[in-house]
Amino acid sequence: MRADLLRFTTAGSVDDGKSTLIGRLLYDAKSLFEDQIEAVERTSVQWGFDYVNLALLTDGLRAEREQGITIDVAYRYFATPRRKFIIADTPGHVQYTRNMVTGASTADLALILVDARKGLTEQSRRHAVVANLLHIPHLVVCINKMDLVDWDQGAFEAIKDDFRAFASRFDVTDIVFILGWYQGTPLLHHLEEVHIASDRNLVDVRFPVQYVIRPHNDAHHDYRGYAGQLAAGVLRVGDEIVVQPSGLASKVAAIDTYDGPVVEAYPPMSVTVRLEDDIDVSRGDLLCRPHNQPTVGQDIEAMVCWLTDRPLQPNGRYALKHTTRSARAVVKELRYRLDINTLHRDEDCVSLALNEMGRLHLRVTAPLMFDDYRRDRATGSFILVDEATNATAGAGMILGPA
Amino acid sequence: MNAATYELSHLRALEAEAIHVMREVAAELERPVLLFSGGKDSIVLLRLAEKAFRPGRFPFPVMHVDTGHNFPEVLEFRDRRLGELGERLIVASVQESIDSGRAVEELGPRASRNRLQTVTLLDAIEEHGFDAAFGGARRDEERARAKERIFSFRDDFGQWNPKAQRPELWSLYNGRIRRGEHVRVFPISNWTELDVWQYIAEEGLEVPPIYFAHEREVFQRDGMLYAVSPHLELIDGEEPFTASVRYRTVGDMSCTGAVESAAGTLEAVVDEIAATRITERGETRADDRVTEAAMEDRKREGYF
Repeated sequence: MRADLLRFTTAGSVDDGKSTLIGRLLYDAKSLFEDQIEAVERTSVQWGFDYVNLALLTDGLRAEREQGITIDVAYRYFATPRRKFIIADTPGHVQYTRNMVTGASTADLALILVDARKGLTEQSRRHAVVANLLHIPHLVVCINKMDLVDWDQGAFEAIKDDFRAFASRFDVTDIVFILGWYQGTPLLHHLEEVHIASDRNLVDVRFPVQYVIRPHNDAHHDYRGYAGQLAAGVLRVGDEIVVQPSGLASKVAAIDTYDGPVVEAYPPMSVTVRLEDDIDVSRGDLLCRPHNQPTVGQDIEAMVCWLTDRPLQPNGRYALKHTTRSARAVVKELRYRLDINTLHRDEDCVSLALNEMGRLHLRVTAPLMFDDYRRDRATGSFILVDEATNATAGAGMILGPA
Repeated sequence: MNAATYELSHLRALEAEAIHVMREVAAELERPVLLFSGGKDSIVLLRLAEKAFRPGRFPFPVMHVDTGHNFPEVLEFRDRRLGELGERLIVASVQESIDSGRAVEELGPRASRNRLQTVTLLDAIEEHGFDAAFGGARRDEERARAKERIFSFRDDFGQWNPKAQRPELWSLYNGRIRRGEHVRVFPISNWTELDVWQYIAEEGLEVPPIYFAHEREVFQRDGMLYAVSPHLELIDGEEPFTASVRYRTVGDMSCTGAVESAAGTLEAVVDEIAATRITERGETRADDRVTEAAMEDRKREGYF
């Protein structure tokens, strides 16, 4: 059996049918277990719901019950013979933008729920905007509760038109509209069929060095391997490469794995690369091809989503992690704050609070080897860490050099 | 692998992710340790560590928290496997924690040392100065785990705080800690029980024989089958009988139930897991049946 992996994200609040939809997907894929269903039934009664609340499949930690909230991202899994699916399920309220961004960061596809009676709400627009900013390649707009509008085709068409108009400036071009799940299983079918293999960047070779393997034993005395996960491109034995930021050149002597050498590596393979020349390479360096190199620089422009209670400090200093490279960064300028409901740019803002997004100019203490986030998510993304608290404070998507 | 289309199967994609996670820990933390129980999930972790670090040695030791109530087959397997790998094994003993007064034995026929493991684990982490501990927990096991991070931050007391978790974006992990704190790291967070068995079959990994159907003297309690052993007192009315059983999870003998099964090969086990309608913890773990939030509560105390 050969199945591939599709990660998708959903967002929504308690009453928009999201839990039912996910419950139904799990049920159809035979990934709901009898003891889980019994536990949900029991807990539903205990908590005073007059229906079986499928949200309790993963929600309902003691901590959540105490505060009456849903804590961030829950991951759920199901599989069909075609594919294995990972759902990053996030609450959809405005204060949970942080969680939507987190769920979206690894997703191949975003499932956006629309209640046919309500049309496009602020929440579904917000989720679509986040999906677009995080550059999720595929959007599925799932129009739910069509039975409550008597399957009115006009309502369906109106929502489609609304969404298309709203999304006209999106980068994402694959937008599919699906009627509620109860008309058979068009959604599951689409999730199984959607073509994701070509979403990966197989053009620009980017290999961030993660770990240097030097065995120091008799059998492998001179072994020096650069371990890492291919971020983009196809790297082959014999390829000429350049190490950045040093600029040193060499050739790929071998690509090793525990299962033996391979002639080429592609994302998301984790491999160990050996070079023909004994040059200085360490964690945080990046291997690329001489005629296709990332931008190397210390000044970057980026969209940043703020993830923590302590607001972004103007001129603040943060630890930055980009691929396998760690450095420090100073906020040189906050260019504007983006209102993700209206897409309005507020250029008079002085800070970013939790769940807000804005465009920054950052100056980094060491050169980064980066690409436009839209071209390569792995070399275009970074996180900022508050050095006082060690909290993950910001999620950044690089637009280009400043 | 499929060279023509450059696609990885879902198992190989999960494997690549797990290897990446292990190498991040080795690169960014000072003193990691790999927690090994002898169960299927930690057996997979050992293979992933080989994939991440060979031909070098593991840049960390392997540690078993020994309840003293283990299946003998599992201890035999543990020692042999670590010997084959040539890696260092640390055994942290719950019995020693009890003897020194750090932990107090539960009493009665339902007594278990499962919860006591937390004391032994946290003491060992402190004693050795570990700042990262790999575990084989998966998010599909249980709803507290469904919300836990791959890099799961623990404070000075080893506690997990579900409300104060660090957002985890892309594959950029934040392993920054202060002295005395540590991270638990779960490289196979995104694997399901079926993924684990398929991987074991594809890799041809050896697992302890109790995972396959065998004849055993058992008794029924709370809807589960327990092995007759010196570690469990029978309650009036419980009658031992012999049945063909296998284990779906491997934990303490006092809280791990067997399932009736005729699956004697890896292929038969994979088929059985693919067809099952009950989760592994629901079917075989008494420790999760105590209350609805049993796992969450134990994790907050510093459990695996």
